[in-house]
Amino acid sequence: MSQADTTTAITTGGPGGIDDRKNAAIRYVFFSCAFVTVLTTLGIILVLVQGSLEFFQHVSIVEYLTGTEWSPVIRPHSYGVLPLIWGTLVVTVGSALVAIPVGTATAIYLSEYASPRFRKIVKPTLEILAGIPTIVYGFFALSFITPLLQQLFPRTGTFNAVAGALVVGIMIIPMVSSLSEDAMSAVPDDLRNAAYGLGATKFEVSTGVVVPASLSGVIASYILALSRAIGETMAVTLAVGMHPQISFDPLEPMQTMTAYMVQIGISDVSIGSIGYQSLFAVGLTLFAMTLSMNLISLWIKSRYREEYQ
Amino acid sequence: MSAQNPFADGTREIERKRLIGRVFVAVCLASTLVGIVALVALLADVLSESWGWVTWEFLTYPPSQVIENFLPDGRGAGIYPALVGSIFLIALTAVFTVFLGVGAAVYLEEYAADSRLSSFIEANIANLAGVPSIVYGLLGLAIFVRAAQLGSSLIAGALTLTLLILPIVIVSTQESLRAVPDSQRRAAYGVGATQWQVIRDVVLPRALPGIMTGTILSLSRAIGETAPILMVGAATSLFVAPDGLTSPFSAMPMMIFEWASLPEPEFQHVAAAGIVVLLTILLLMNAVAILIRNRYDPRS
Repeated sequence: MSQADTTTAITTGGPGGIDDRKNAAIRYVFFSCAFVTVLTTLGIILVLVQGSLEFFQHVSIVEYLTGTEWSPVIRPHSYGVLPLIWGTLVVTVGSALVAIPVGTATAIYLSEYASPRFRKIVKPTLEILAGIPTIVYGFFALSFITPLLQQLFPRTGTFNAVAGALVVGIMIIPMVSSLSEDAMSAVPDDLRNAAYGLGATKFEVSTGVVVPASLSGVIASYILALSRAIGETMAVTLAVGMHPQISFDPLEPMQTMTAYMVQIGISDVSIGSIGYQSLFAVGLTLFAMTLSMNLISLWIKSRYREEYQ
Repeated sequence: MSAQNPFADGTREIERKRLIGRVFVAVCLASTLVGIVALVALLADVLSESWGWVTWEFLTYPPSQVIENFLPDGRGAGIYPALVGSIFLIALTAVFTVFLGVGAAVYLEEYAADSRLSSFIEANIANLAGVPSIVYGLLGLAIFVRAAQLGSSLIAGALTLTLLILPIVIVSTQESLRAVPDSQRRAAYGVGATQWQVIRDVVLPRALPGIMTGTILSLSRAIGETAPILMVGAATSLFVAPDGLTSPFSAMPMMIFEWASLPEPEFQHVAAAGIVVLLTILLLMNAVAILIRNRYDPRS
């Protein structure tokens, strides 16, 4: 950029010229565009914290964080967020059980075994999964997965956590497989060849050399995918239902944090009521969880990024 | 293999390793197919549920709470206000995102020095990309709907979606700007162009196909988003298309959500028909993006 500065100085005949002032104005306009993103973050934090403060004037933080009943709108009122966190956890862990093994094995196949042509077709095909609107996954859960589950386990409810976990798992497969494949492909061939030279088989090279060498990128992709699962909204609203409870039976309906926010969003609770304020408290909880996971993922990636370059 | 063969153990070991290798490849290939099978199942499910329900009337009539109206000999009912609403919403979002996204990317790539501030902005953008979309909905509700008193209007929805996809648009635009060779900038400076002239006449035209591709792909994500516009207050019982920036609006994903939540099994077909319309528009947008990329990308 220093080059640009010198050139500007030459063409405008020194500071204070008309061109110089015009350039400064243009630069300022572009800077404002970039600054909108900072304002967005500030706005999110301000809105969530302010709404939550109003909520916590009526509800104690201890009750919110430790209570096991959640009913801010319907009497008798109770404000324990744990059932919502439980529902979110069940769906997230369930989707991880689907996406992590399937996504990792897919990444290994695409990176180590597949022909370039196969990879060129399959990778974008899998990424279509990530581009399908989540409301479509919700519909898929209701019209396909749940009826299938009901045939296998007759006591399955119309709304249940398993269907939600399955569709969210399918949805995040491409996040795991694509990002992990990138990390595995970035492992230099020298490492593979060295292992082959020692007499290792392809299986041993894949699992003993490539996966450990790309582990930071692979784990970062897991965390990113889980963060996406926590924040996923429409699929779990439709599939898991709106019944906040701490149940160990995943075939029962539950409610996630995001589904609760949808429930308040489509209802007509009055502004200023505790129900309305609870929206922001739950939103803040959700934001804090996904933000910390995103930061961990970024940290892992930047911490180990240059290991093989 | 006789007992005297000194390599017998080794052979067995190799056989075992070969078997492990084969099983492992089979498992990995099967996993790769899981995603593809799921995609096929999803599309087949949507298509079979919607079969016969995507009619001309479905595209041109307002919705109805009565299922008979959707049936062939009914009064006629469909997705029209939501279809038009979605198109308006995306057109408005496109205007805002192109201005803000390209502006921000130009600042970060062409103007900003490697200062603390610019690396803070970059890190902030990376974080914003991971914020759940429903949180953007809350932001839109508090800032645009309430504080700016825009109400549950088309423009409030478009501004919310703009903030949501802005990080992706900025990052993809930055990549396109970075792909413009530095020699071209230097050549322009060499003949006496100012920085703004270099950006306007050299960098942006060269980067345009990449910018358009990235923006269209981001917009195709925005058109399928339900949670943010739901929080902003998109309607499900709107019978006319929006006619101005501040008029209330509906959008296709919102209608699909409404229909999919209704208990009558017939509405599942209506929801599927809505999904087919939504996915068709998504597919068209993606096709346009790929077309632009293949046509103008110097690398292909």
